[in-house]
Amino acid sequence: MAEMILEKQDMAAFTAEINKGYELFGPVKNGKQLEIARVNEVSDMVLEGYRNTDMSPKNLFFPQSEEMMAFKKYGDDANIYKDSLKEIAPRVIFGIRPCDAKAFSVLDQIFKNDQFIDNYWFSKREKSVMIGLGCNMPCSTCFCTSVNSHPFGETGLDVLATDLDNRYLLKTLTKKGEDILSGVSCLKVANDDDLSSAKSLSEKAVSEISGNLELKNIDKKSVLDLFNADFWERVQEPCLNCGTCTYVCPTCHCFDIQDEVFKDEGIRVRNWDSCMSWLFTIHGSGHNPRPGKKERVRQRFMHKFKYIPIKRDGEIGCVGCGRCIRMCPVNIDVREVVKLMNS
Amino acid sequence: MQNRTDKIKEIAKRLLDEEKVDLVLGHRKGTIPLKNTPGFAYNKDEVEELLWDGNCRSNLATFLPRLKDKRIAVVAQGCVSRNIVGLIIEKQIPRENLYIIGVPCIGMLDPNILREKVSGEILETKEDETKIILKGSGFEISVEREDVLRNNCKLCLHRNPTLFDELVVDEVREQNVSGRYDDITALENKTSEERTTYFDELLSSCIRCYACRDACPLCYCPVCFVDESNPQWCGKSTDPRDVLNYHILRAFHCAGRCTECGACEDACPMDIKVRMLTRKIEKDIQENYDGYEAGMSLDAEPPLATFKPNDPQSFIK
Repeated sequence: MAEMILEKQDMAAFTAEINKGYELFGPVKNGKQLEIARVNEVSDMVLEGYRNTDMSPKNLFFPQSEEMMAFKKYGDDANIYKDSLKEIAPRVIFGIRPCDAKAFSVLDQIFKNDQFIDNYWFSKREKSVMIGLGCNMPCSTCFCTSVNSHPFGETGLDVLATDLDNRYLLKTLTKKGEDILSGVSCLKVANDDDLSSAKSLSEKAVSEISGNLELKNIDKKSVLDLFNADFWERVQEPCLNCGTCTYVCPTCHCFDIQDEVFKDEGIRVRNWDSCMSWLFTIHGSGHNPRPGKKERVRQRFMHKFKYIPIKRDGEIGCVGCGRCIRMCPVNIDVREVVKLMNS
Repeated sequence: MQNRTDKIKEIAKRLLDEEKVDLVLGHRKGTIPLKNTPGFAYNKDEVEELLWDGNCRSNLATFLPRLKDKRIAVVAQGCVSRNIVGLIIEKQIPRENLYIIGVPCIGMLDPNILREKVSGEILETKEDETKIILKGSGFEISVEREDVLRNNCKLCLHRNPTLFDELVVDEVREQNVSGRYDDITALENKTSEERTTYFDELLSSCIRCYACRDACPLCYCPVCFVDESNPQWCGKSTDPRDVLNYHILRAFHCAGRCTECGACEDACPMDIKVRMLTRKIEKDIQENYDGYEAGMSLDAEPPLATFKPNDPQSFIK
C-alpha cells in the first residue's frame, strides 16, 4: 500500500501517463445525464461538485443489451451459436464512488459459482482498474453506512482517491492499483497532514449521512415471517411496477435472454430485466408465481435484504446509493421499507 | 395551498365518517424534497397526512381501474378529472363507486427546472400561490411559481375539474395560452430525415423501464403490446428501432385520450420529453375532429372509438 499526492493541476499529465495502453473512463455529461463513460478530454470529466452518476455505472460491465452469440440459418455452420464475447481494451475507471465499487464486488459473487463463471461480466471486470473517489459530500438520500458500505469504502477498488480541495490523495489497495501508479512521475509521497485531512473528511462524511438504519431484526426474523408480513400490502399500494428502481440500481443484475433474427442471421442478446414486471416470472403454462404487485414489490426488497444475506454470508444486496429513492416516480423509499422489515 | 389541503382533509374525514367510501386516494408528502407519494387513506390518521401542493404530479386516475371494486373518493385536478371521465367512458371504472374531490389547480412544479436554479442539493422547499423557496446547504432562493411550472401545466387549458362531486375551492381562471403547438408545428415543418434524427436523439437515453406507460392512466391494458411474448411484437433490447417502436405505438394508443397530465414525463428517470409524440397526435385529433379534447364530458364520443361516414379520411392514400 502506498499513499501519494496528485495535484489537480497535474491531472492531464497524470491521465496521459496512465493512459498508455489504457482507455480512460470517468464521470462525464451525456446530454443532461452524468455517467461514467469514455473520457475524450480530461477537462470533460465532471469531478467538482459531483455527487454521483444518475444511473449506476453497472453498464460498464453489464450493458443493458449485450450480444452473447451469433448464428446463421444456412450454410455449413447453420444454427451453430458462436460466442460473440469481445475482448475489451484495458481501462482505468477514475471517479467511481465507493458504494458502486462495493456493489460490483457483491455482483462478482453472484456472477460466479462453483460451476460457472459469467465471462461477459468478468472479462470486463478483469480488464478494469478502479480508481474510486471518496464522497466528501454525501447526498441526503445516501445510507451506505447502514448497509456495510462507506463513503470512503475500499471494497472493490484498486485505488481510493480523496479530494483534498486542490489535490487528490491516492491510496493504492491492490497490486493492480500499485502497478497503475508505479512510475507515474507527477505523483508525490503524501505527508502526515494529507493523511489527517483525508481522515477528517471521511469522519465528516460519515457524520453527514443521516438516518442510520437498523437491520439486525431482519437477520433474526425468519424468511416466512417477513414474507407473510402484513405491511407489504401497504408498501405495494402506490407502486407502478415500472422498472426504474431495478434499472438505476447498482446491484440489480437480472437479465432476459432473447434471440433476434433478421433475414438469415441472428444474435442472442441478454437484456436487463426487472422483477417488477409480471412477465419476469410468467411460466409457459400461463401460471405466474408472482401474480400481483405485492408479490413483485416484496421480491425486490426480500432479495436485497434477506435472500442475498442468507446466501452470501451476511452480504447485503444494497449499498445505500439512494438512486431508487431519488428516481422512484411514486417515492417508495427503501429506507422506509427496511424500517418496516426490521420492526 | 393550505386551504386546498384543509378542505381535502375535511371532505375526506366526512366521507369516511359517513362510510360513503372505503378509502380516500390523495397525495402525501414524500420522504425527499419536491416529491409526493400517492396517499391511500383508510382512516382519520391517514387522512391527516393528505396534502395539496405543487408536487402532486402523480396521476391518481392511474390507480382506479385496479381498485374498481372499492368505493373511492379521489382527489382530482383538471387533467386527472378528465382521465377519470375517459376511464368511465371506456368502462374501466364505474361512476357510482367514485366520489371526486375536485381541485381547481394552479399547476405543478418541474423539479428539473428547480434543480437547475441552484448548484447544490435542494434540502427543503416552501411554496405559496406565487413563490417557491428553495433551501440547501449554503443557499436559500426564491423563484416565481409561474417560471418553474411543468411545460404541460404552462400549456394547460383546463385547470378546473370537468367532473366532480365537490370542489375544494372556487374555480380558478383558465389560462390564455398562445402558441400551444408551436414546437410541434416546427417539428412538422422539418424534413422526414430531420424528424428521424430528432426522435432518435430524443429517445436515445431511454432505458425501457416503462415508467411512462405505468404512470399513465390510459395504459390499463392487462397485457401491453411490448409484453406480449406469444407472438412477440417488439424487441426487448435497446436497439433504437425497438425503442422508437415502443414509444410511437404507445403514443398512438393514446390518440384522442391523452389529457396532457404530464405523468409520463414526471415518471421518466431519464427526463425524456415523451410528450413530443403524444402532443403531435393530440394536435392531429383536434385538427381532424372539430377541436376534440379528451375527458371534457361523459357524453362525448371518443373520435377513434366511433365511426361516422363523414370521418376525415385524408390519411388514406
